[in-house]
Amino acid sequence: MNFFENSVFFGVTISLIAYGFGHALQGKFKLAILNPLLISVASIIALLAVTHIDYKAYYSGAQYLSYLLTPATVCLAIPLYEQFELLKKNLAAVICGIFSGVFASLCSILAMAVFFGLSHKEYITFLPKSITTAIGIGVSEELGGYVTLTVAVIILTGILGNIIAPFICRHFRITEPIARGIAIGSASHAIGTARAMEMGEIEGAMSSLSIAVSGLITVIGASIFAQFM
Amino acid sequence: MKFIKQFGIILAISFIGEIMNYLIPLPVPASIYGLVLMLLCLHFGIVHIDSVKDSGKFLIEIMPLMFIPAAVGLIESWKTIGSKIGTYLIITVLSTIFVMIVAGHTTQAFIRFSKSKDNQERKDS
Repeated sequence: MNFFENSVFFGVTISLIAYGFGHALQGKFKLAILNPLLISVASIIALLAVTHIDYKAYYSGAQYLSYLLTPATVCLAIPLYEQFELLKKNLAAVICGIFSGVFASLCSILAMAVFFGLSHKEYITFLPKSITTAIGIGVSEELGGYVTLTVAVIILTGILGNIIAPFICRHFRITEPIARGIAIGSASHAIGTARAMEMGEIEGAMSSLSIAVSGLITVIGASIFAQFM
Repeated sequence: MKFIKQFGIILAISFIGEIMNYLIPLPVPASIYGLVLMLLCLHFGIVHIDSVKDSGKFLIEIMPLMFIPAAVGLIESWKTIGSKIGTYLIITVLSTIFVMIVAGHTTQAFIRFSKSKDNQERKDS
């Protein structure tokens, strides 16, 4: 398997093919659960398991896709800039919405941690689950959680948000595009935002804003909530 | 030349974000500094929207792909999750849905409130 470890294009290529496959499946069956991201991740995991190719061998090539994440996040400022007037007009609603999202996240995790009898360390691990990975890692590390588990939970949260966002918005009657964007971004950071972008320009812009703002509020909020259990 | 210039600007701002992340002792990642910096540059006309737009839209469009490598890494954390997977899943699912509903409805309530106030003022005047 040395060849795969040294191959630059193996990881990137199967990622692209798997995503294309997921996209085609969704186009054919139109089911929310056939989310391209979920399908591509599941099929790559299955492929690696069947062929006994190590995750490290896959990642040595695929990591170059992750390198684009920083410039892509920087570019989220572009739709935000285009909706700047709308943001200014609804600033109070947007800020309160994001605040309520962070508060809801921290409270729900505290409640369930008590309910399920989690240890302090596990509780800390979950606190940053709705914010972007890069900030979440910092919070988990700083407050003493299991960092690798935090990363796993954050990604799971993102994929989940990406899948359920249209369903939740429809069934719970979140109809204002601004409110949809804030809901998706606050709950499921950048991975959810990828879906918000597909729903509309306003949704995408507001979701992008929520990533940054909710991430920063969580840094402070989580350190306060860490003392509650 | 167009794309060279556009990617040049985007990567330069990302790089400045990295420098800020290195120099400022806060848990704020380079990408968030970069996002704010890009917004300021666009707002104050230092960067014109047309000189980043095409490449920016391209990067945003392919963004879901960038999460695949880390998400496949979930197999690596299988050992730490172990038998508690059920509990962890319930917490993750319930809290994500709860946050989405609360944040969405709070925002929506505020928007509708200010809209009805606007209408009221229009009627009054």
